[in-house]
Amino acid sequence: MSLQKNYLDVPGTTIFDAEQSRKGYHLNQFCMSLMKAENRERFKADERAYLDEWAMTEEQKLAVLARDLNRCIALGGNIYFLAKIGATDGKSFQQMAGSMTGMTEEEYRDMMIHGGRSVEGNRVVGEDGDAQAQHQPQGKAGHSAQKASA
Amino acid sequence: MAKITASVYTSHVPAIGAALDLGKNNEPYWQPVFKGYDFGKQWIKENPPDVIFLVYNDHATAFSLDMIPTFAIGTAAEFAPADEGWGPRPVPTVIGHPELAAHIAQSVIQDDFDLTIVNKMDVDHGLTVPLSLMFGQPPADDFRWPCPVIPFAVNVVQYPVPSGKRCFNLGKAVRKAVESFDQPLNVQIWGTGGMSHQLQGPRAGLINKEFDNAFLDRLIADPEGQANVPHIDYVREAGSEGIELVMWLIARGAMDDIDPAPLGAAAPDATKNVASQAHPVSVKQRFYHVPASNTAVGHLILENT
Repeated sequence: MSLQKNYLDVPGTTIFDAEQSRKGYHLNQFCMSLMKAENRERFKADERAYLDEWAMTEEQKLAVLARDLNRCIALGGNIYFLAKIGATDGKSFQQMAGSMTGMTEEEYRDMMIHGGRSVEGNRVVGEDGDAQAQHQPQGKAGHSAQKASA
Repeated sequence: MAKITASVYTSHVPAIGAALDLGKNNEPYWQPVFKGYDFGKQWIKENPPDVIFLVYNDHATAFSLDMIPTFAIGTAAEFAPADEGWGPRPVPTVIGHPELAAHIAQSVIQDDFDLTIVNKMDVDHGLTVPLSLMFGQPPADDFRWPCPVIPFAVNVVQYPVPSGKRCFNLGKAVRKAVESFDQPLNVQIWGTGGMSHQLQGPRAGLINKEFDNAFLDRLIADPEGQANVPHIDYVREAGSEGIELVMWLIARGAMDDIDPAPLGAAAPDATKNVASQAHPVSVKQRFYHVPASNTAVGHLILENT
């Protein structure tokens, strides 16, 4: 009998399980290295050279360089680890989390002030809530990026 | 004999620590959050513990992917505030209680919980923010926390994470351990982290007030029932990081009104698995607020009577 993964149908959510952890081991360990001030300095001085010291995939390195946290998570990153990149950049957790929604910083902050994202429509993949795949990206930031690349 | 006199529950949001450290706590955004802790600050002055057993989760700080203990007890003499990427928080070093910690480790491990013993580690916002919320910023001329703290880290980062039931039963074992320590110590047990929040992906920012408030009510009145709630319910209803709430069940399981028989064990006497009416707990504080950064904030204080 294989292990049950009853968390795969939660929309917009990646559970950090053993499989994700295996995939993201070097990416996450790179993030941990940023807890030392001298490593942060070296990373900031030449991001690409610093990343090349880690046995990460090219895809993972590009996702870090682009600060694309959704991509990092898809490639095995975990938000508690990725937060070290944000800390190095001087970003708050709110700015980091917001960056994954496609909303501008202001839009995301306003959503939180008004009680946060509703769970209605966002419990199971296939419902119609704002976190569902068919509604991405959610905000102005995402829409203008989409237009620019079109 | 040592005794657990009270349990304290609180979120441990990193932005709360940053707000305190940067002197932003009087800003309109933060005022309602800190107001919820005015009572607790006064209460702990009137009810100072000798030791705090503080249940929290490490946020990829002391434990990297090299090693992930499910439950880890800090037995060191002291624990330094960690550098989480923006330098260490300007808070005092946490002084441990190695004797009580080692005693609890021995008792709880012999009770079949496989703790990892940690003789050296730094502690992150998961542990230091609750101390700041309850004690405020220690004055410069007496820069220390008022009492020793035993850090107890729970893995809620990489799955599989421990079940609510196991956490609740662990709390029972911790109470038994504390009560068999032969020094007259007043011990508080704190459960930290939690309330609905999601920090990742397109579903980031999820807040579920109904779930959070039902959790608070049930933690007080029906903790056995809450301990049986599966992980997937926390994830679906309260966000991927809402799973941190299982840590509150460790503190709750250590209170006097809880029958010490492990939940789920065959009870020879059917009357045994109900909360004890002889030792009701007293609810001193119940607070809930949205938002602080990405999360709802919850806070409870329960006293043994």
